[in-house]
Amino acid sequence: MQSHFVLMILFAGFVSLIFGVLMRDDPIKQCRTAAAIFAGFVLVGILFTWLMYPFPL
Amino acid sequence: MLFLVAAIASRPLERKRFALHPELKLSIVSRSLEPGKAVMVCVMAWAVPGAGHLWLGRLSKGCIFLVALPAMFSTGLMLEGELFSIEPSQPLVALAALADLGIGVPYFIAQMFGFGVGRVVATTYEYGNSFLIVSGLLNMLVVLDVFDLALGRK
Repeated sequence: MQSHFVLMILFAGFVSLIFGVLMRDDPIKQCRTAAAIFAGFVLVGILFTWLMYPFPL
Repeated sequence: MLFLVAAIASRPLERKRFALHPELKLSIVSRSLEPGKAVMVCVMAWAVPGAGHLWLGRLSKGCIFLVALPAMFSTGLMLEGELFSIEPSQPLVALAALADLGIGVPYFIAQMFGFGVGRVVATTYEYGNSFLIVSGLLNMLVVLDVFDLALGRK
């Protein structure tokens, strides 16, 4: 398992799940919060990859 | 500022609600534990992720923490992350060690069985560290949530 994207998705999934459950009491709200945090993680991750694309390693 | 205004504005309503339904206030007060017991529940929540919520009757939350946090920790170990030990000469490593310790008993079990040695040249070494450190920090947040629940603040 060396795909950076898969690992980022996995990390975002774990963190968003914990935060969603921790922040809300209602199961539907927990799912919504977790989905919003997950989407935020993934979108910001992709945005940063595009921003860093011109920079050499 | 908005939160402050909302909190002040909600006070009279809450008083009115408690005046109309005194059993509501009683039920909230009776759920809170003594500070000593609350600390004990927090220690339990630190040692076994999710145990504090389970003890306080929050079964669904407790089960999710019980599965998700050790799973995240195990993923970090599988990715060849390192379980740091506290070294005062290296403050950043010591902070990482404290974060790792946040997961509780799984940290000691992993060390006992020789996991978490960390292979620096592995591609996933830093990812593994991130999973291990963040799982510990998240468990610390869970412990704080348990403390608030135990004192009846939530």
